[in-house]
Amino acid sequence: MEGIYWPSFFFWLFSGITCSFAVAVLVSTNIVRMAFYLVLSLAGAAGLMFLAGADFVGAMQLLIYVGGTLVLLIFGVMLTSQERFVEMKTMAGDWVKGFLAGGALLFVLIYAAFSIPVWRGMERTAAEAVPVTHTVTPIAMGLLGARTDAPDRPGYLLPFEIVSVHLLVVLIGAAYLARAKRTRTIESN
Amino acid sequence: MAPFLSQYVWTWLAYTIAGLVHIALIINLVAVGALIFIWLERKISGRIQDRLGPTRVGGKFGWLQTLADGIKLLTKEDLMPAGADGFLFKIAPYVSFCAAIAAYIAIPFAGGDLPWIAQRLNTGVFFVLAVLGLEVFGVILAGYSSASKWSLFGAMREAAQVVSYEVPLGMCVVVPVLIAGSLDMVVIGDRQAGWFTNWLIFHDPFTFITFWVYFTCATASVNRAPFDLAEAESELVAGFHTEYSGLRWSFFFMAEYGSMFSVSLLAAILFLGGWHGPIPITDFLGLSSENGMVAGYVGQLIGATNVILKGTIGVCVMMWVRWTLPRLRIDQVMTTCLKYCTPIAAVMFLGATLWQLKMPDRNFFGVLPVNLSVYEISEGQPPIQFPEIPQDKPTTDQVAKTSDNDIPRKAL
Repeated sequence: MEGIYWPSFFFWLFSGITCSFAVAVLVSTNIVRMAFYLVLSLAGAAGLMFLAGADFVGAMQLLIYVGGTLVLLIFGVMLTSQERFVEMKTMAGDWVKGFLAGGALLFVLIYAAFSIPVWRGMERTAAEAVPVTHTVTPIAMGLLGARTDAPDRPGYLLPFEIVSVHLLVVLIGAAYLARAKRTRTIESN
Repeated sequence: MAPFLSQYVWTWLAYTIAGLVHIALIINLVAVGALIFIWLERKISGRIQDRLGPTRVGGKFGWLQTLADGIKLLTKEDLMPAGADGFLFKIAPYVSFCAAIAAYIAIPFAGGDLPWIAQRLNTGVFFVLAVLGLEVFGVILAGYSSASKWSLFGAMREAAQVVSYEVPLGMCVVVPVLIAGSLDMVVIGDRQAGWFTNWLIFHDPFTFITFWVYFTCATASVNRAPFDLAEAESELVAGFHTEYSGLRWSFFFMAEYGSMFSVSLLAAILFLGGWHGPIPITDFLGLSSENGMVAGYVGQLIGATNVILKGTIGVCVMMWVRWTLPRLRIDQVMTTCLKYCTPIAAVMFLGATLWQLKMPDRNFFGVLPVNLSVYEISEGQPPIQFPEIPQDKPTTDQVAKTSDNDIPRKAL
């Protein structure tokens, strides 16, 4: 047991969970089950991020992607109240098109991953020597305009502000569009 | 614990044992907590309705009532409707229960240099909020897979409610995070060391109101009365768990009581001083890890008792509210969230930010100065080395000098 490198073991465990449930999403025909498998697959990805020491991104993954699947699930439940959507069959042509698109993306990603020398795996002794760093403070400082990793380069204050104002506009717009339309009522005395 | 054990056994075994001990402690806390809270709920509801509640089982006060109920539930038949989606129907209670106990991984029970926490996360508050939001998956799956109209209606109501109430809840939680300057719950708890005047609920008027908004939203997000529309028994039989029986049904109940307790613990840690009592007894008696291991352990034990006691009081208040107020209609629930809680939380967040800007080093409504030693409690990790920053940026220059702990405070 001493010979096993445990981070690798957990990496394979979490990536196995992620990939197998992603396949289960494809194979399953019931839309609610699909959404449930997607939840598990995304949660496995969150586990990978926690394993990589990116706990902020991991928590984000849980809150945004896993939590966001909730809405998908709700729509799934709503849709299945109509009979023709209960079982979703995939046509043979769709399988071919899907495999073409997905395979092309996979090829590009694998090619990119293996062509960059920095991304090659490091030796076990070198990996164990990497110190554990926490990511929240550098991220927050970067968003406030002070990069801790590269101090001579500008921070992300402007993009952060643009995105937050944009989100606020979207939220207010959504609330405005969703509100009940007021119709003028004639008061009869 | 794992590094300590690995001196004696193999490393992999040490980590396994440490993990199992944490899991066992957490599951026991949730299960025994549910046992006690169900009994407490019966007694409190009885007293509020001018009844006695359970009196017989286990001698005085009927304190073994829940155990008897548990045995009854174990022996019940595990039923499933004919039209149900079997796999999802069976797995739904476990999804709820897992989400409820997973939140406890990041909740500390005592702070200081060696905090009592299963896994110390740099993003503790964030993680707890994210995981608590996952409990609703079990409810929706249960509602869908039961093939029953009551269940489906209950689940849809719960989904709408939880999705809306996460917004004000998140905004309320940001306020203590802003004041403590960290997402780490151990740091937030230790920011409130000392007398009760240091508690963040008394930090300024805005945090005081934020606490009540948080408590309202937390009650709604764990689906308790007066927000228990998902199981409204007068309209929906029993809502999402109509078709469940026996042990699966009791898993839903354990999840409910587990998440009630965890949001109360979160309230205790974020606003009510966490493991620091109203009077700093442990400081008077010198019960800290500097005065030896035993003194430190006793101090931590008192701290953990403090947290659990505060959490229990929070749960009791939720019970009191449940048996006092009538259930809201669904449109009233949405109005409470979108027209009251969210704007109030947003204004309080803005106010707390401005207060922090004008009076950064004051406690207790700005009356008392902050004892600066609270910032010196180590975060249990090496401080991040801030690089040299050119002198023409005054704010970032300050940042480079200060420790990891109080950056946002200074940066503001």
